[in-house]
Amino acid sequence: MSQSESISLCLQAHKICRSIGAREIISDVSLNINKQEIFGFLGPSGSGKTTLIKILAGIDKATSGEITLLGTALPHLSMMKKIGYMAQSDALYHDLTAKENLDFFGSLFGLKGQHFMRRQREVLELVGLESHAKKMVQAYSGGMKRRLSLAIALIHEPEVLILDEPTVGIDPSLRLMIWNELYRLCRSGVTILLTTHVMDEAEKCHRLGMILDGRLIATGTPEELKQTARGTTMEEAFLYYGGIRK
Amino acid sequence: MRMMSLFIRIIRQFLHDKRTLALLILAPILVLTLLYLVFNGEDYTPKIGTAGLPAPVEQRLAEGKAGITSFSSLQDAVEALKAGSIDAYVFIEEGKPIVKLEGSDPSKSKAVLLFIGNTLGHTSEPTSSGASESPLVEPGNLPQPIVQYLHGGPDMTTFDNLGSVFIGVFTFFYVFLIAGVSFLKERTSGTLERLLATPLRRHEIVIGYMLGFGLFTGIQSLVIAAFSIHVLGLMLVGSIWYVLLITVLISATALSFGILLSSFAGSEFQLMQFIPLVIVPQVFFSGLFNLESMSPWISWLSHIMPLAYGADALKSVMIKGEGWSSIAFDVYVLAGLCIVFMSANIIALRKHRAL
Repeated sequence: MSQSESISLCLQAHKICRSIGAREIISDVSLNINKQEIFGFLGPSGSGKTTLIKILAGIDKATSGEITLLGTALPHLSMMKKIGYMAQSDALYHDLTAKENLDFFGSLFGLKGQHFMRRQREVLELVGLESHAKKMVQAYSGGMKRRLSLAIALIHEPEVLILDEPTVGIDPSLRLMIWNELYRLCRSGVTILLTTHVMDEAEKCHRLGMILDGRLIATGTPEELKQTARGTTMEEAFLYYGGIRK
Repeated sequence: MRMMSLFIRIIRQFLHDKRTLALLILAPILVLTLLYLVFNGEDYTPKIGTAGLPAPVEQRLAEGKAGITSFSSLQDAVEALKAGSIDAYVFIEEGKPIVKLEGSDPSKSKAVLLFIGNTLGHTSEPTSSGASESPLVEPGNLPQPIVQYLHGGPDMTTFDNLGSVFIGVFTFFYVFLIAGVSFLKERTSGTLERLLATPLRRHEIVIGYMLGFGLFTGIQSLVIAAFSIHVLGLMLVGSIWYVLLITVLISATALSFGILLSSFAGSEFQLMQFIPLVIVPQVFFSGLFNLESMSPWISWLSHIMPLAYGADALKSVMIKGEGWSSIAFDVYVLAGLCIVFMSANIIALRKHRAL
């Protein structure tokens, strides 16, 4: 691999497998993700998207295979600072206010002082929760919790954003707002990995990886994938690569 | 029919959760068995020492249902009483028999007094239909024995004896539950996974939990101890600081133990199922019941119960007024258990993140 290639690469995964007992959840996944791209993992529920993304985030450990994130082999504790992770479930403390949640998670990344206060205001404004900062999270609606989770993932200005189903249960206008924010972050130098099972949302990603039964069945831009499959929609492309429609 | 589908669904749910099913049946059996073992213990046979008693009295005592040890000097008997190998000793001073009781367990004191009363007491009056050994009259001429106590006194109630143990039991129980449930919530709500996606280390999670809860359990210990001593008038002979040290250690042990067990539970409900398995047996073996009347292998179980060490230390301080040297061992055991449980927690978190 040439020098310029390794500089532009954010993440390299080589032959990742993950099994629980005898059951293989992820089989032989290899892929490269460039810096400053939005890479989406598309697949039905239960296909192993969450497991894969957790391995790529360094939370879960692959049974075999290697992952290099920004030049460092995962899992590595120091890389946690460079990753902003948003889980599928809203991992929030319901008995704390939004600000207290931000205080807690931000402090885990070592944020403090004036800079921390400014970051809190920025991310709350970004997700449109600045007027609800002092509310208890248990009084939040589903969409508000999702937005707060995103704010927490962004608080420490991570270089890589890993989002598990970020727009599930979010209304269309808010979804649009979040996507605009993701594009803005991407332009500012952030690499974004996300999972989705919604086909039209997958088309918004720069590049896609299709996941079925723990295998990566295809990668490419949405256009490439559709063209190769000679289909007009993502659904057709997915079915083509899944071997369901030849 | 909707009712039938509900019925079938519940049966299916139970069949999927085999542990709940097993506990539903096995836990009551376990608790009932323990109750049987505890209450079916034989009557307590008091252990009495004698020093310099006239031979007929000595013989009279030896014929009764008690463990009699004859000491060559009064000093030996005093030592044996302090060491707890006898419950009381009898000696004669200025022609009067004196019964010196160990006194920290009212039920043992009662057994000794009953025995002395029956064998040495009012034998000059024939006992009702009198088929018993009342013909052997000589020792009966002794005057009424004088009763003295090493610890406690005749006013000491069963509550004084059990109260010190209950302080330990309640501290342990509540801390165990609260710590277990909150750590479980951390796991089920996904916040634990979220925590592991931060640079936080596993041991920092465990120690952080110990500290956060430690503050509140410390306050809890203080309130429980102060309430029982000042409001309920529980006997306290030794230092309150030792009492606090021991209760704080008991809660730290319960805290680390509760967190550890929560990683073996999938829901709050399953955590509750640990109560009859780990809490109830500890309560039985913590000194609320007299272990000496049980078979040795059962009383041996108390050595593996953390609460037994805490309760023993609390009794030593509160009733016997003993100092550091007598509680040191219990304190070290509790502190050691706490460290063991915490290390196990750190290892158990590996399940969620390798680092």
